[in-house]
Amino acid sequence: MSERLLFAVQRVTALILAPLVLIHLGLILWAVEGGLTAAEILSRTQGALGWAMFYGVFVLAASAHGAIGLRNILVEWAALGRPLAGRISMAMAAVLLVLGLRGVWAVIA
Amino acid sequence: MAAPSQHKLTVEIHRTGGPVRYEIPLRDNQTVLDAVTEVQRRFAPDLAYRFACRVGVCGSCAMSVNGIPRWTCRTHVAKVVVDGAISVAPLRNLPVIKDLVCDMASFFEKWTDAEHGAGAVFDGKATRHDPLPAIDPESPRRKAVDAGIECINCAVCYAACDVVAWDQGYLGPAALNRAWTLANDDRAANADAVKAKAQGVGGCGSCHSHGACVAACPVGLNPTQSIAGLKRRSLFELLRGSGS
Repeated sequence: MSERLLFAVQRVTALILAPLVLIHLGLILWAVEGGLTAAEILSRTQGALGWAMFYGVFVLAASAHGAIGLRNILVEWAALGRPLAGRISMAMAAVLLVLGLRGVWAVIA
Repeated sequence: MAAPSQHKLTVEIHRTGGPVRYEIPLRDNQTVLDAVTEVQRRFAPDLAYRFACRVGVCGSCAMSVNGIPRWTCRTHVAKVVVDGAISVAPLRNLPVIKDLVCDMASFFEKWTDAEHGAGAVFDGKATRHDPLPAIDPESPRRKAVDAGIECINCAVCYAACDVVAWDQGYLGPAALNRAWTLANDDRAANADAVKAKAQGVGGCGSCHSHGACVAACPVGLNPTQSIAGLKRRSLFELLRGSGS
């Protein structure tokens, strides 16, 4: 992916994530009553297709946004070359994507 | 009677091999370059430093003064002196050749990289036989060029920039500011190549908008704003599908 496209993707995902993060924080406050656990959250969100779609978009945007940001940090602060930083960031994106989509799956399954 | 220290200026110069302190008279309207020159003439004939015009035009005398990059010929000692002393060092982010002299090659190479885009030389749209193009000085594009055109290539912004310190591949504020003026110049035929370079690896996307270049620029340019312009144009042209 070109440097220019990475820049664009990170800015656009930031734009998407800004309202989503606020709603996400609101949901945590609303859904949690007895401690922040997966079971607690799922007991209030399970089966809701809307939340699954919301978090589907959230996970895609967060994985891309976080990984591109991590790549920049690795290049600038860890002095890694762009190819290595890119590979580490791709791995990070994959981990975030798998963990996140597993959570989304739990909502609709 | 005033204490002698009020008439003396301690000049600490970070020479090759380590800092050396010199004492010279504190004079009215003395600039940092005057102080360095006096040290060189009276105490250290082998002291290496650069200057040419002494009046803020040529951009060759930039040094780090008390840790901040400045044009030394237009920086009065009275403005920067702390407890009767100043500390002078070579510019950051550039390899030192000797004493206060840096190797400016990487700075100028990045400038020409940005200016020539993908390898082409500056390419005008017209020849000397064509009529002069009519450029409206009030047009937004020309105003953007005018705002960034007076760079004196002193590398003060380059030394001030943390992103350059972190990533030697970053083109830096001066080169990207130049790219922005070319991208808006109706007479430049290679504006697309310039934009492609400025949007590529080490280009405008690396800028953190810290604004250190703006704070340090001796001639009052705003490279951060120019780079923001490149970012904005890059993003919107991509979204519209009109950019390369």
